[in-house]
Amino acid sequence: MQPISTVKGKAYPLGLKNVDTDIIIPAAWLKTISRSGLGKGAFQTLRSVPGNVFDDPAYAGAPILIAGDNFGCGSSREHAAWAMADLGISAVIAPSFSDIFSGNAFKNGLLAIVLPQEAIDRLMEVAKTDEIHIDLETQTVTTPFQDRFPFEIDPFRKHCLINGVDEIGLTLKSSDAISAYENKLSASQPWLSPNQA
Amino acid sequence: MSAPQTLYEKIWNAHVVEQRDDGTCLIFIDRHLVHEVTSPQAFEGLRVAGRRVRRPDLTLAVPDHNLPTTARLDGNGNNIPIADPESAQQLEALERNAPEFGITYIDATDVKQGIVHVVGPEQGFSLPGTTIVCGDSHTACHGGLGALAFGIGTSEVEHVLATQTLQLSQSKSMEVRVEGELAPGVSAKDVVLHITGVLGASGGTGHVIEYTGSVIRALSIEGRLTISNMAIEHGARAGLVAPDDVTYAYLKGRPMAPKGDDWDAAVAYWRSLATDAGATYDKVVTINAADIAPSVTWGTSPEDVLPITGVVPDPSTFADPSKQAAAKKSLEYMGLIPGTPMTDISVENIFIGSCTNSRIEDLRAAAAVLKGRKKADNVKWAIVVPGSGLVKQMAEAEGLDRIFLDAGLEWREPGCSACLGMNPDKVPAGERCASTSNRNFVGRQGPGARTHLVSPAMAAAAAVTGKLTDVRALMD
Ligand code: SF4
Repeated sequence: MQPISTVKGKAYPLGLKNVDTDIIIPAAWLKTISRSGLGKGAFQTLRSVPGNVFDDPAYAGAPILIAGDNFGCGSSREHAAWAMADLGISAVIAPSFSDIFSGNAFKNGLLAIVLPQEAIDRLMEVAKTDEIHIDLETQTVTTPFQDRFPFEIDPFRKHCLINGVDEIGLTLKSSDAISAYENKLSASQPWLSPNQA
Repeated sequence: MSAPQTLYEKIWNAHVVEQRDDGTCLIFIDRHLVHEVTSPQAFEGLRVAGRRVRRPDLTLAVPDHNLPTTARLDGNGNNIPIADPESAQQLEALERNAPEFGITYIDATDVKQGIVHVVGPEQGFSLPGTTIVCGDSHTACHGGLGALAFGIGTSEVEHVLATQTLQLSQSKSMEVRVEGELAPGVSAKDVVLHITGVLGASGGTGHVIEYTGSVIRALSIEGRLTISNMAIEHGARAGLVAPDDVTYAYLKGRPMAPKGDDWDAAVAYWRSLATDAGATYDKVVTINAADIAPSVTWGTSPEDVLPITGVVPDPSTFADPSKQAAAKKSLEYMGLIPGTPMTDISVENIFIGSCTNSRIEDLRAAAAVLKGRKKADNVKWAIVVPGSGLVKQMAEAEGLDRIFLDAGLEWREPGCSACLGMNPDKVPAGERCASTSNRNFVGRQGPGARTHLVSPAMAAAAAVTGKLTDVRALMD
């Protein structure tokens, strides 16, 4: 995972509620065998509507997305996080996220930042003309107009994001404990190593 | 003596490798099922990082989601190529990755092949008291055997492949107690649809549910797997049914189940897992079997459940304004008018299959209704898709395939099929399907498809009449 501590730039002012993972990336795109290239399918149904924010040149290449309540609900497909990353999005700001999406986002170094609806309303305005700045270290979202919105984040996740900690690498540091557990298990429940007849 | 514990707490505690200060635990995973859709990027991640699979012996790979359910071999016994190049590529990736990482792979033409959640129990790979994961949200299914089983994302698939563990926090516990006796025509599927209607689609969020009570005890393993399969549809992380003699009788002699002395030791251990007298759950919901009728969904969430004797609800009568809006949208998508009796709704498609309802008992229940009958003329597409090659073989030995074919239904090869719009089996836009699968989401069975979730017997009844039908009217 790439370390991430700040995100600064334009933001897509989407604002929509209940954006499910089918909206983020439709099922037809799940047939890929790679994590990359999904940006082409990202928000396909929304992008089929003329005048959508994703195809508005004013926001081209924006690294931030501003959305409504319950972002990322529905199927557990991690392809949703991959598609957004592939589109160049590094952070989503919304009043709430589905558990699975925020977990998947975290595992892919995509910031899922929770701010109250009033802050979202204000950022939607600012995004139309100006850049937004997210600082993970100080846990704040700021604008060029002195707006300053603090946000909460799990300290473990913050640490992993800022340091680009690879979760698997972290767990592998517990290899000895895992081996000890395995030894104990094969003694007490030998049948767990299946007889692959 | 330690404090009384629930089945869930016992399994959880037995799998803690390490505990972090914030309470998060490193949990050992006993069984990992892998299929072609959520695994390619995980294997790629291992390759890039130069990592290996820690316990290939605890991992089993089988293709199911993308596979067409039409014949797989031609007259000369050669593989018939898969038309969709992307599906073919995803399937080939699994076929390559499994041997590269030393994982047992069940080929599409192997009689053991089937839907992951049918194959695991059938092979005796899924066992009581184990932790089981798979990159698929219906992994809860294996909880029907008393295993703590849940779906994971692709990064977690990679994490389990590399470490055989997951970093998890313990969920809350809930008991759903179903007491009484099921009326004729009411099956495990009706029970779980009813539970989902009572709890709501997010009623179990943050919980692991243990299903208890006389109704659950009286169910076969097939029925218990059906119930646990849909735990996720009422939001639960996992579902559990305590193992008992029915479980042991089902597992004994299965290819990967313990043998000899191991078997006796295993059963003794499994018996110790039952929830202790005096143990408490964070939440308890009691359901009376007498309230459960053959059930059907009317909307686009599995919680939109009605008895078949009901009428399409009027959204304006719902108390919660956000529910009113959602129901209105659902009815629009479903093309339904409030007040319409459910039994007046015609269906053009019938799907009997999916990891919820494709086991032998499900096929027997459907065949019992279809025997000596024909499908209605307005039913354009009716398919029966066994959950595995072994289920197919067993059904054919019992002559069930003949009953389906004589009734005008198609008899297919095993796979996920019309449960999700990822392989060639799709429901056309704007058409209805009486389906034994588990999700009636917008577009789940194909763009614009309208799904009514039902039991196998109810799907068979709908095939006969061409309408959603109370199966009790067709029973002698
Ligand atoms: S049958 Fe449906 S729910 Fe079951 S594993 Fe396949 S796609 Fe998932």
